[in-house]
Formats: sequence, structure tokens, C-alpha cells
Amino acid sequence: MKIQRCKGMRDMSPQAMAVFRRMVGTCRDTFVKWGYREVRTPTIEYMHLFTSAGTLTPGMLGKVYSFLDWDGWSGERVVLRPDGTIPVARLYAENMQGLARLFYTMNMFTFESGEGNRERWQCGAELIGAGSAVADAELMALSMEIVKKLGLRGVELRLSHAGLIKALLSRLKLTDEEQHRMFDSILDGDTTLLAKASRKSPELADLLLPLLSRKGQTADFLRKQRALLCRSIPEIRAPLDDFLNTVAVLDNLGMKYQINIASGAGFEYYTGMIFQLFTGKEKIGGGGRYDALIDAMGGGDVPASGLAIYLDRLMDRIKKGNVMSPAAQRILVKASSGISVGVAFKVADALRQGGCIAEIDLDGREADWTLEVKSTGTMTLFNRAKKQKTAVGSVDAVLKLVGGKSGG
Amino acid sequence: MAVKIALPKGRLLRKTAALLQKANWRLDEYHSSMGFYRPKSARFPDLLIRVFHEKDIPIQIAMGNYDLGICGLDWVEELLVKYPSSDVVKVKDLIYGKGSLYAAASMPQDLRQNGTPLRIASEYPNLAEAFALKQRMSRFSVFPVWGAAEAYPPENADMVLLSAGSAADIAGYGIKPFDRVLDFSTFLIANRPRWESKKLDKIAASIFDVLSEAAKSTAEKKDALSSPLPPRIKAKGVKTDTVRLVLPDGHQQQQTVELLNKAGIKIEDYPSSTGNRRPRIGIDGVAVKVIRPQDMPLQVANGNFDLAVTGRDWLADHLAQFPSSPVKEILDLKLRRVRLVAVVSRELPIDDPGDLLRFSAGRGEPFRLASEYVNIADKYARENHLGHYRVIPTWGATEAFLPDDADLLIENTETGRTIARHNLKIIETLFESTACLIGSAGSVTDAKKSRIIESIVSRLQKAVGTN
Repeated sequence: MKIQRCKGMRDMSPQAMAVFRRMVGTCRDTFVKWGYREVRTPTIEYMHLFTSAGTLTPGMLGKVYSFLDWDGWSGERVVLRPDGTIPVARLYAENMQGLARLFYTMNMFTFESGEGNRERWQCGAELIGAGSAVADAELMALSMEIVKKLGLRGVELRLSHAGLIKALLSRLKLTDEEQHRMFDSILDGDTTLLAKASRKSPELADLLLPLLSRKGQTADFLRKQRALLCRSIPEIRAPLDDFLNTVAVLDNLGMKYQINIASGAGFEYYTGMIFQLFTGKEKIGGGGRYDALIDAMGGGDVPASGLAIYLDRLMDRIKKGNVMSPAAQRILVKASSGISVGVAFKVADALRQGGCIAEIDLDGREADWTLEVKSTGTMTLFNRAKKQKTAVGSVDAVLKLVGGKSGG
Repeated sequence: MAVKIALPKGRLLRKTAALLQKANWRLDEYHSSMGFYRPKSARFPDLLIRVFHEKDIPIQIAMGNYDLGICGLDWVEELLVKYPSSDVVKVKDLIYGKGSLYAAASMPQDLRQNGTPLRIASEYPNLAEAFALKQRMSRFSVFPVWGAAEAYPPENADMVLLSAGSAADIAGYGIKPFDRVLDFSTFLIANRPRWESKKLDKIAASIFDVLSEAAKSTAEKKDALSSPLPPRIKAKGVKTDTVRLVLPDGHQQQQTVELLNKAGIKIEDYPSSTGNRRPRIGIDGVAVKVIRPQDMPLQVANGNFDLAVTGRDWLADHLAQFPSSPVKEILDLKLRRVRLVAVVSRELPIDDPGDLLRFSAGRGEPFRLASEYVNIADKYARENHLGHYRVIPTWGATEAFLPDDADLLIENTETGRTIARHNLKIIETLFESTACLIGSAGSVTDAKKSRIIESIVSRLQKAVGTN
């Protein structure tokens, strides 16, 4: 019987892993250069880390892989990490203080029906301890630098603001539960609930619906509406100013963006700026400000924001050429008949020291470069493409011959 | 292929039998209380009928073992809330067997507390978890129970999710319902692919034809519920030096009471004719509760009780799930002697556990183990190296699963007669189970409490010794 892989899970072949490593490498290099330090949190966490109010929507929690641990007789469940930011916030609250720039490469688990990916890989960064517009802009600039380095063209930066959405909703006189539900539906990109609720107060509907449902508002539109909006909805002043401040920094940096207040983001822990990266219709990354999360983890009143790049969605979009570095030359090392394998191992070791990939021959097949070893001083190098046979007397000579052809 | 239907035993049996009689099914033995696992219909002679515990039916339909089933909507939702992509279609409301699921607590309290986990006891653990998530409880634990959820608050659970006819029924238990989570009635359900292939029309139509239109009352249910988030009142706890003893309900009560009498321990109102679950015991400093024996080991592990009278089978199942649990057997009470056995159909070429591996490896489908003891069954499968296997949880009447719907059962048996009558054979005895006294290792530090526990144990020991 052939055993198949688990539904919703994917394997990564050597080719896919090469792309994956290269993507992670690009993210990692960029994060490190911006001053971020790498962390990793465990795959299994207590469920209540994620259920604490205001962290994940009930819809998302309903898809979490949860189970009773082998010592879980208390009935409290543990989960496979469904999100990267919350555990990092917990890690910060447990061990750190002040300004921290942290990044991670981790896999997240949530149930998807059918053939959807149930395990997803992310590279993410968290900027904890800074609450300014500059900090928000740093994360957006950092994200755009990564996608540019990965060779992606035409990536769109879309902006929204959780505080702004919440202030607008507060005017609809909803119960807590309704407000939660509406916020969740807006984060999921659905404005039908909102349209229904705002029918009750037409004067608000005139203000809210254009703001929340129309795509591609300009900063100028918001600036012009500011006085009018603040008069009708005083709670909007703080989030709107926060939003406009960040936009001003982006303008200053010459970054292009689109404003789309009601754009899907799906994380209930967001409190301020939300940004998303799109290529076409596919969301490939995003992030936002979550100023209440560190406090919810018991780490005190510390502002924070973060970003994540969705590696699985990028894998199919990135052309191999953009990510493959010229690989080291690969040489197959064969021991001549009757010769001790020890000699072949010694030669292979010297080739590796010289920067090549040296494979010991096991099945007698041919390779682009094959080196037959009689002794460390007597070897023959075959080049399959040129059908050339060269006698060589030292490993240095092999490296010279092979190196001259590199990049081919 | 013959159409297969799963019918409920228990609370829905009488009304389901009446409905099918009206539909002229002419069933030979669905009315009786014995040996009705395989009734036959004179109207649909090819129809394959099996009788299951109501809870098992949605799972059987989802797995595709049965095409049609009749059961309460509550059990369908309990499956769907956790596994929304299950292949179950709710075909038709049959209107009888109505009830609601209520969230109830002894003292109304703020459910969005922080700090210690809120404890929810329920026969519906999946719906309970969904309820907790929807209420945005920051921290909670769910105690899945076999029954008697109403007995847990306030000492052993903060709230319960339980079914009842009305809010007034729940108030009778001395707890306050504060939310109605689900209204249910009996449903005809079907396996999705089979339903879509439309081969079930004739059978379904025979039922639809006799459903009385008049019975469809759509009157809104009026229940007096406490407000969902009333102010928190601190629950009165049991004094910390009180020994908390828990005794079994159901058919083990008589033997337990005889043993207590023999040990010179007086107990009042147990078994209780009024359903009282807090009988009075004639030892100072001891509080008694009555719950299902299946649920006791978990509750002792959680520190909810100090001593419990349960079966070694349920202790073993608990330890198979939680190997490092602090619960241990203190005293063998030598009552209700049964064997836990592995059972297969006589038709199978399996005579001992050694044959299992060969049999399961030789076929493409997963090997199916059905049992009330899910954790023992799971461990049994692992220890016998059954590669690709499934454990089907059951709630009794497990013999009906063989041979069509399972390959092996882990069952308890006293004489082996029921097993033989169902054309089954025992291939291994796992262990012998008797009633025993269990406790939690090292949990009692209070000197007065330890003295009381020691005295109970020694009195029971003497009583058992003279058996």
C-alpha cells in the first residue's frame, strides 16, 4: 500500500526548497540589515494565548488545530501555532523590554477545506516598543524592499486603519458583539453587514459608506474631508490624524500606495495602520499596528507593529532565475577500480574545501564533471559536454579547470 | 446496493417507531427493548436497518456507513460544528423529540473573566468549545461528560451546556440557564453523495407522506433566562478540609450501597428516587456527589474529587489518554467483575491478536475499531502495530457495529453470552475490571483530610475482605 501525504499539506522538492531558501535568505538579509534579530517560538502553544479577547477572530479560532496534550486532563487545549505575531508578543512580554526589532521564519497551521494549504510559511518582522508614524513607514518600506529584491514587479501597497474603522463603527450604536462581528466582516473584506446597519442612520451612511466601501481614496480626499468628518464623528480625529501622519511619511519617502479603508486583513489585534501587499489579486504580505497586544500578554503598555511575507504564495510567482545564485560546480568523484575509497574521500574533501560540490560515485552514472581518482597525484577529469578527457596531477589543477567553466 | 438506515434507540425510539408504523414500514422488532439491533421492514424488504445510540448516528452517516439516519439535530450540530465539511445533509425536520441546548450556571457569573480557566461540563464538548469561542472567553477548559452535567456546578464546573425541554426543567436542577444555544428536534439526515444520487427517494418519501403538516408549530419559544453577563458572584466553595467523595449513578448504585452498609457507612437518599445527586453520608467532613463512573478519573485528576468509586476499565481508558495522570487505584472493591475483550466477527480469519497485523496489512481500507473506550482502543491499535486504522467512538450497543461498520470491538463482558449471540468471537482478554476506589497521588496534604480518607479506605477494605 502506498502511503500518501496528509491532506492540505505540501512537500517541498529539492527545486522548491532552493527557491524557498533563497526567499528566506533575501528576507533574512534585509531584516538583519535593518537591525532586526532572529527569534523562533515553539510550534505548540496554549490555546488561551490565542483566545484572549481581541487577538484572533472566532472565525479563525474555529480553524485552529487544537488538541488535548498527553497531560491535558485539565481540559485546556494546546494548539499548533496559527499565527506568528501573538507568540512573538508573548516572547517579548516574557523576556524583553524597550525597543526590540525581531524577525522569524515560521510555519503556521490553520484548517482549510478541500485542497487548500493547511500549513503556511511566513517570514515576519515585529517592531516592538515604537509607536510613531516613522515606525509604521519603516515596516512598509522594509516590505517593499524585500519584494523588490525578490524581483517582483508591480506590487501594490494598500493602506487601511483599524482605529479608523472602529471609530466609524462606534457611531452605529451597536452592541459589543455586533461591533466585533462587523469589524471582523470588514476585515474579511465584506461590507454588506455595514451597509445594512448604516441604513438606520442615513446621515451617517452618507459619511461611512463612501469611506468604507469605496476603493482607492486619495490622501487629499481624507485631508479635505477631515474637518467635516471630525465634526460629525469626533472619535475619528485621533485615528484619522495618525493615518494622515503615516501617509505624510510615505509621501516624504516617495512611496506609492493606495488607500482602501475596508480592505481585508483578518487580524483582530490590529489597532492602527494596516497595510497589505498585492500582486494582482493575490495578497503576498502585509502587516499593521497592534498596540494592545503586548499588554494583553502581560507585558505592559507597549506599542508595536509588524509585517509578514507569505512565502507559499510567493513560491509560485518567483522565477527561478531571480532566486538561483550561480551554484557551485558539482563534481562526481570516482575511485578507479582497485583503489581504496579513502583516496577518493580525501580528494573529494579537498574539492569541497576549494568551494565545489563533491559527490562520491555510488551507482556508476555520468555527470557533467567526473573525476576518476587513481591517487592524489594521478586523476582524470571528464567533461561530458565537451567530451573532453584531461589528465590532472593535483586538486588545484582540477579546481582551475572546473572554475574556468563556472557560470555555464 | 441495498439502502442502509440507522435508527435511534433510547429517548426517540417510541416516537420513531410510531412514525415508521404510520409510514407502513411494518418493522418486526423495533418496538421491543431486547435484541432489536437488526429489524426488518416488510414494506422495504431490501432495506438494511440497524439500531444505534442516537449520538453515533451522525458519525455513521458522515462516514458513509449508512445512507439515512434518524436522530436529534443536537448530535448533528455537535458533529458539524467541529467538522463542517462532513458529508451530512439535514433532509427533513420530523418535528418530534424537541428540546433546546442551554448554557447554565449555578451562580450567574461574568463569562469573560481573566485568570483561571472557566470550566464547562457538557455532553456536547464541540458545541461547548464553539460557545466559549463565540463568547470570547479568554481561557476555558471543557470537561466532556457522559451525562449528569447538571451535577457539576458550582464546585466542579463554572457552567454547563446541556439539553432540556425548557428553561424551567433546568431550574429544577438548581442551576440557572442564561443562554439558549440551540433549538433542536428529530431530523431525517442523509449521507451527501448518496442523497445527491437520489436513490433514497422512495424511502424518504414514505416518511414525508405521513408527516402531519399541522404539527409544524412555529411558535417562538418563550424561556425565562438570566441575562447573559450578569455581575459575578463568588461561588461558595466546599471547605478545603472536606473530603470530596464521588459515587456512581446508574446500575452500579445498589452494589455500592451494599458495600457502604457493610463498611458501616450510612448514606441517605442514594440511590435517589428524586434524582438527588448530593446524598448525605454519615461521616463528618465528607461531601458526596453522584456522577457517571466514566467521568470520574478525569475529575479526580483535576482535583475536583479526592475519592471516587468507578471501574478499572474507565481508569485504564483515562490513563491511556493521559499516561502521566496522578490518578491511581487505591482499593479493589471486587464488585461488578467484567473482562475487557477484543472482539471480531466469527466470519473473519482472525483467532488471536497475532492475526490482526496480517489481516489489516492485507487490505486497502483502514482497519476500524469501535469502542466506548476510545483511548484503550487507540492504544490497542498502536500496540498491535495496525498501520492504517480508525477508532470509531460509540455510546453503547457496540455489537451492532460488527461486521459491517467496524472490524474489531473493545467491549466489556460479564459472561460472553451477548457476544456469542451476535455471532462474534473474543480474540483476546485485555484485562479484568472490577469496581475500585481511585484517588489522586499526593494531592491531599491536609492532615485531618488524610485521616478521614485513611479511615474510609480501611473501613471499605474490611468490608471487601469479608465479601
